[in-house]
Amino acid sequence: MTPAPKMDKIPILPRRSKLNILSILAVVAGLYIAAAYLTNAAPDRIINGLPQIVNFVFGNLIPPNWGYYDTVASSLLETWNIALLATTLSVIFCLPIAFLSASNVNPSSFLYNTVRFTMNVLRTIPDLVLAVIFVGLVGLGAMAGVYALFFFSVGILAKLISETIESIDPDPLEAIRSTGGNTFQVIWYGVMPQVLPHYISYSLYVLEINVRASVVLGFVGAGGVGLILNQQLNFFNYGNVSLIIIMTFVVVTLIDMVSIRLRERIV
Amino acid sequence: MREIEITKPKKPPMYWVKLGGIVAFIIIAYSIAFTNLDLESSFRWEQASNMLQRLVLGPFTDAAAIERIPELFMMMMETVAIAYAGVLAGSILAIPFAFFASRNIAKRGSIGGKGVLNGIRSFPELLFAIIFVSAVGIGPLAGVLAITINSVGMLGKLYSEVIESIDQKPLEALRASGAGKIQVIWYGVLPQVLPEFMSYALYRYEIDLRSATVLGMVGAGGLGAPLIIASRSREWEQVGMMLLIIIVVVTLVDILSRNIRKRIV
Amino acid sequence: MIEFKDVSLTYPNGHQGLKNVNLKIEQGEMIVVVGLSGAGKSTLIRSINQLVKPTSGELMVDGKNSLAFNERDLRKMRTNIGMIFQSYNLVRRMSVLRNVLSGALGRTSTVRSLLGLFKHEDKQLALRSLDRVGIAEKAYSRADQLSGGQQQRVSIARALTQKTKVFLADEPVASLDPPTSHIVMKDLRRINREDNITMIVNLHFIDMAMEYADRIIGMRNGEVVFDGPASEVTEKTFEDIYGRPIKEDDKISEQDEDNAETETASHKEGDSV
Ligand SMILES: Nc1ncnc2c1ncn2[C@@H]1O[C@H](COP(=O)(O)OP(=O)(O)OP(=O)(O)O)[C@@H](O)[C@H]1O
Ligand SMILES: [Mg+2]
Repeated sequence: MTPAPKMDKIPILPRRSKLNILSILAVVAGLYIAAAYLTNAAPDRIINGLPQIVNFVFGNLIPPNWGYYDTVASSLLETWNIALLATTLSVIFCLPIAFLSASNVNPSSFLYNTVRFTMNVLRTIPDLVLAVIFVGLVGLGAMAGVYALFFFSVGILAKLISETIESIDPDPLEAIRSTGGNTFQVIWYGVMPQVLPHYISYSLYVLEINVRASVVLGFVGAGGVGLILNQQLNFFNYGNVSLIIIMTFVVVTLIDMVSIRLRERIV
Repeated sequence: MREIEITKPKKPPMYWVKLGGIVAFIIIAYSIAFTNLDLESSFRWEQASNMLQRLVLGPFTDAAAIERIPELFMMMMETVAIAYAGVLAGSILAIPFAFFASRNIAKRGSIGGKGVLNGIRSFPELLFAIIFVSAVGIGPLAGVLAITINSVGMLGKLYSEVIESIDQKPLEALRASGAGKIQVIWYGVLPQVLPEFMSYALYRYEIDLRSATVLGMVGAGGLGAPLIIASRSREWEQVGMMLLIIIVVVTLVDILSRNIRKRIV
Repeated sequence: MIEFKDVSLTYPNGHQGLKNVNLKIEQGEMIVVVGLSGAGKSTLIRSINQLVKPTSGELMVDGKNSLAFNERDLRKMRTNIGMIFQSYNLVRRMSVLRNVLSGALGRTSTVRSLLGLFKHEDKQLALRSLDRVGIAEKAYSRADQLSGGQQQRVSIARALTQKTKVFLADEPVASLDPPTSHIVMKDLRRINREDNITMIVNLHFIDMAMEYADRIIGMRNGEVVFDGPASEVTEKTFEDIYGRPIKEDDKISEQDEDNAETETASHKEGDSV
């Protein structure tokens, strides 16, 4: 038998990767300590907070005030309408943007980069911030919500679809170009058939996102269920708050479920 | 020349019913939306252009806004910290949930695990934040809690998808050598999934940084609160400055996180 | 010692994988199981460590009926049986050494293994095992950076680190090219000779089976249709086992038959000395 390699301590990991792992862990932990300090949210406070939350839920939120049902329902309908209109607008307007930001369709790299950059910046602005701006621009009400969600979701949708466009099979496009087709014909006969199922599916996905986002718009006066939620919170009317939360949860979940079902069928 | 006749293939029996249903739904949905919604707008060009001007140029010209940069930057750092503390806690707590929700690990129990994660996910994050703010008071703690629980739901699902797609063969080898369940997970599953877990956690951080700004608007700490206050009092220079800070920080974090993610997988 | 007493196995879908198998395997034997695809070779081997569980009969391992074992006894039995797989079954992202050390998990407490605190002697054994299959210098490489043959030798080292008296090998060379196959088979036979470890190996190629086996078990449709010393085996025996004439595909070497046979013969002589 060959003699065993002589070593006093056999490391399982080579020293270098052990150092790597340790330093990564140290950075992660160090950042956490800094974050816990900045946010006053050390683990002990989190643990102490849990009973408070349970108390609040069972002491204040339960029972919900069912009599408030009508108001909530009409607010939720407004929320849904805002989401639907905003999604419709972004579904329409995202298409040209998506084609402009797809490198395999758009030959101009200047245009491509400009559009991409604009969309990237747009996507960093949180939905509620957009709502604030549009409330300033068009005044309180649902219209501000529609605009905010439109600008919020058009960036997401354009990105998703441009990525789909970039990943399609290039052969059919080449075939159409070779028969002398122009850019629009290439798009219509080569690209659209390939991306259509994804387009529909992503549109539904964005509808889901917009429904969730439109819940909060009311906090800044852009219409929908957030408006009454904010009101009732300020009055400490927790029975009503509780009903709003429950009904919103049910509606959001239902819309999600239907939409996910449809999306599974499509792709 | 003779005409060539082709008959179109018959559609499946329920096709027209379904199509009709969808079209009817769409028509009804839009007519409700347009009649029910109050689409009034008080848009006026001169007012809007004035506001946009203050919003876009203000951060660079308005002295009051520039003066507040250090203060606002620290508040953004608080938002960054809220997202970090929340996602880190969430990304660790999500691991056991993910194992319980994975078909190949928890077997039939995974249906229950998936149900819990679905439940958490379908509850809008902001509602969590509202409940937490009311329960533990205004401040960043509520934001951390909301982000933690939300990322448990999101990451738990993504993690469990990773776990379900791993190579089963090494697990069989470990089981064949008499390793226990926990040892199989530690030596067979985790080494296969950890890089993906880390990558997803970073991805989640990018998203949660955005939502952390929003959470501040309901009192859950960070830059959100001053943003709401400034916009209520129509101090558009201030709003513009805060927006600028958000955009810059979020973009930097995105770039950093994307580079790390590329290295990991 | 392993003994099959009238063992049968019916898969959940009703397919009969094993039919009344009776076998007695002594310590230190080098056994090759042959048979056409679907004959039940894997089923036979996997029922020994119960990766599949026989549905009737008795399977005696060291004098105890393993089919009656509870979860704990079963795990304990498995720690005493090493297994080598066709596709190596390594954790590809883990280092070679950690893969090899995972063979020692069965005798390492859960807490120790979570912390990676393997005993020094286990680490020593892991390195020595790697050295025995000739790839000690790869200990700190990631498993997926190795060639197929090297990966299979890692999995042999893993089984060695398990410190067992029995190796099961389910087509250990089916994913390897002929020269590498011979290296791996030679490693297995050397371990069999040096450590007196029982080897039960599934093979596809008849010339390989003849070259490395002491005893050959032939299977067809879940039944053992041949069981005897390799020295008694001729091409006719294989034709009986397979139920069809032997084809070129059944052999690993592309040399002409005469050559292959003399080579096999000389190897046999060399071994028996
Ligand atoms: N999990 C299972 N469920 C149902 N039938 C199975 C299962 N595994 C194997 N079988 C069937 O049992 C029979 C024997 O399979 P086994 O894998 O033991 O064959 P084998 O001799 O190893 O074949 P090969 O050389 O192709 O690996 C085959 O007919 C196979 O289809
Ligand atoms: Mg097999």
